[in-house]
Amino acid sequence: MMILSANTQWVLLSTMMLGMAAGVVGCFAYWKRQSLMSDALSHAALPGVVAGFAVLGTKSLPFMLGGAALSALLGALFIQWIRTSSRVKEDAAMGIVLSVFFGLGIMLLTLANRLPGGQQSGLDSFIFGQSASMVRQDVYTMLGVTLLVLIVTLVAWKEWKLFLFDPQFGGGLGLSGRVMNLLYMVLLVLVIVIGIQAAGVILMAALLIMPGVSARYWTHSYGGMIGLAALFGGASGAVGTLVSASGNGWPTGPFIVLTASVLFVISLTLGTSKGLLVMLLQHRAQRAALTKQHTHPAHETVERGG
Amino acid sequence: MSYTGWILLTASLVGLSCGFIGVLLILRRMAMMADAISHTVLLGIVVAYLVTRELSGVHMLIGAVTAGLLTSLFVQWLHARGVQQEASIGVVFTSLFAIGVVLIATKVGNAHLDIQHTLMGEITYIPWELTELPWIGAVPEAVVLLSGVLVVVVGVILAFYKEWKITSFDPALAASLGIPVVLMHYVFMSLVSITTVAAFDAVGAIMVVAMLITPAAAAYLWTDRLLVMMGLSGVFGVIAAFMGYYIAVWLDTSISGSMAFSTGIIFMISFLFSPRHGLASRLVRPADQI
Repeated sequence: MMILSANTQWVLLSTMMLGMAAGVVGCFAYWKRQSLMSDALSHAALPGVVAGFAVLGTKSLPFMLGGAALSALLGALFIQWIRTSSRVKEDAAMGIVLSVFFGLGIMLLTLANRLPGGQQSGLDSFIFGQSASMVRQDVYTMLGVTLLVLIVTLVAWKEWKLFLFDPQFGGGLGLSGRVMNLLYMVLLVLVIVIGIQAAGVILMAALLIMPGVSARYWTHSYGGMIGLAALFGGASGAVGTLVSASGNGWPTGPFIVLTASVLFVISLTLGTSKGLLVMLLQHRAQRAALTKQHTHPAHETVERGG
Repeated sequence: MSYTGWILLTASLVGLSCGFIGVLLILRRMAMMADAISHTVLLGIVVAYLVTRELSGVHMLIGAVTAGLLTSLFVQWLHARGVQQEASIGVVFTSLFAIGVVLIATKVGNAHLDIQHTLMGEITYIPWELTELPWIGAVPEAVVLLSGVLVVVVGVILAFYKEWKITSFDPALAASLGIPVVLMHYVFMSLVSITTVAAFDAVGAIMVVAMLITPAAAAYLWTDRLLVMMGLSGVFGVIAAFMGYYIAVWLDTSISGSMAFSTGIIFMISFLFSPRHGLASRLVRPADQI
C-alpha cells in the first residue's frame, strides 16, 4: 500500500471532483446531442492557454485558464456561425474549428517554448494532461470551479430537466431557453478549461462523454443518470490520477480515460438496463418461452403445418 | 531536389489525397468520423510496432487500416445498441487513442515513436530518410508512400466514380439499384485510414483532420459540381501546404501547425467571399435571388 503525500491527496481530490463535474455536465451534453462539441471546444482551448501564458510571460493559471475559456467560446461561436450562415454542416464545422484552432495552438506553443521560461512552464503538459504539474494554488482553483459547477447543477435541478427535455413547455412556464443555453455553454467551457491541466486538451472530451454513456446502461431516470455519471466520472478521475502517479512522467489524461473506458465496458456488459448480458438472458428466456408455447400443444402446430 | 522542395512536395501530396477524400467525407457528413480515425490510427501503428519491432511502411499501413476499420465497426455496433452516433464516436476513439498513448508512454517510448511526433508530425526530418528507386534515384520514403496512396485514392475514386456519387448523395437509391452500400462504406473507411496513416508522418494526427475537412468544406462553398469540388479541394490543400510552409519559415514555428492554420485561412476567405455561398455575396445579392 502506498503512502500518499499531502500534495498527492489534494491533487487526487481535485481530479475526483473534476470527474464528477465532468460526468454531470457530460450528461447535459449527451442529452443535447452535443458530445462531440465538447471535443471540438477542448481542442479549441489550446491557443488560449498558450496566449494566456505569453501575455504574462510566466505560468499563471488564472490567466491561462481565462485565455482557454475565451478561445473555447470563440470556437463555439465560429461553429455556430459557420453552421447557421453557410451550407457547411455542423460536423464539418466542428472538425474545422477543432483542427484549425489546434494547429494555431501548436504554432503558438512552438513559439512560446522559445520564450525565456517557456520550456519550464509545462505548457506541453496541457496536451495530454499532467496532474503532477499542478501546484497547491491550481488545486484550489480547480476545487473552487468544480464546486461552483456542481452547485449550479444542483440549485437549478428542475430547470435543467425542463430545459433539456421539454424546452417549449419550459418557455411556456417562463424559463428562458436562451439564458439556460448560455448557462449550459458556460458550464461546459468551465469544466473543459479546468480539466485540461489534468486530463489534457485531446482527451478531456472523453471524461465528459464516457461517464454519461456508461450510466445509461444502469438507469434511465434523470437523477439516477446524473448521480451515476458523477460517480463514474469521480472514480475515473481519482483512479486515473493514482495510476499515472505511479509511473515516471506518465501523462494523466490517458489513464483517466482508460479507467473511464473500463467502467464503460463493465457497464456495457453487466448493466442492468440494456446491458449485453441482460439482453442475452432476456433473449434466451423469450426464446425458451416461445419454443415451449409452440411445442407443447402439439396438435396446434400440426394443424397449422397441414 | 532541394530540401525545401521535398518538404513542399510531401505536404502537397498530403494536401491532394486529403483534399480528394475530404470531399466525400463532407458530402457523407462523416467529418467527425475522420477525426476519430485519425486518432485511432495511432493505436494501429503502436500495435504494429510492438508486434514487428520495426516502423516500416507496410506494417504501419496494415495496422492503421485495421484500426480504422475497427473504429468504424465499433461505432456502428454501439450505435446499433442505442448509443447516439456522436457519443459512440466519442467513446470509441478516445478509448483507443488513450490505449495508444499509454502504450507509447509505458512500453514503447523511444526515439522513433514518441507522442509528440505522432501528434504533430515531423516533416522537417522527411527529406533525410531517403530510399533508392530505380531510374529516379534517392527519394524520401514518405514521398514514395504518399505518391502510392495518392494513386490508390485517385484510382479507387475514379474507378467507382458513379457509385461514390450515388452512395454519397442518395444512399437509399443506391441500395435500391443494387450498389453494395455497406461495402462501399468500409472501402471508404479504408481509404480514409490509409490516407491518414500516410499523412501521419508528415503532418501528424490532428493536422490530418485539418487537411481532410477544411479544404473540402471550403470547396463546398464554391461549387455544386462534384468533380469541380474535388479539383478545388485538392488545389486548396496544395495552397495550404505552401502557405503553411512559408508562414512557418517566416515565424520560425511548427510547420504542420501553420499548415492546419492556413487551411483555416482558406476556409475563412471562402466563407466570406465565395460568389456562390459566401456571406458577402449574400449581402450584395438582391433579396429575391437568395
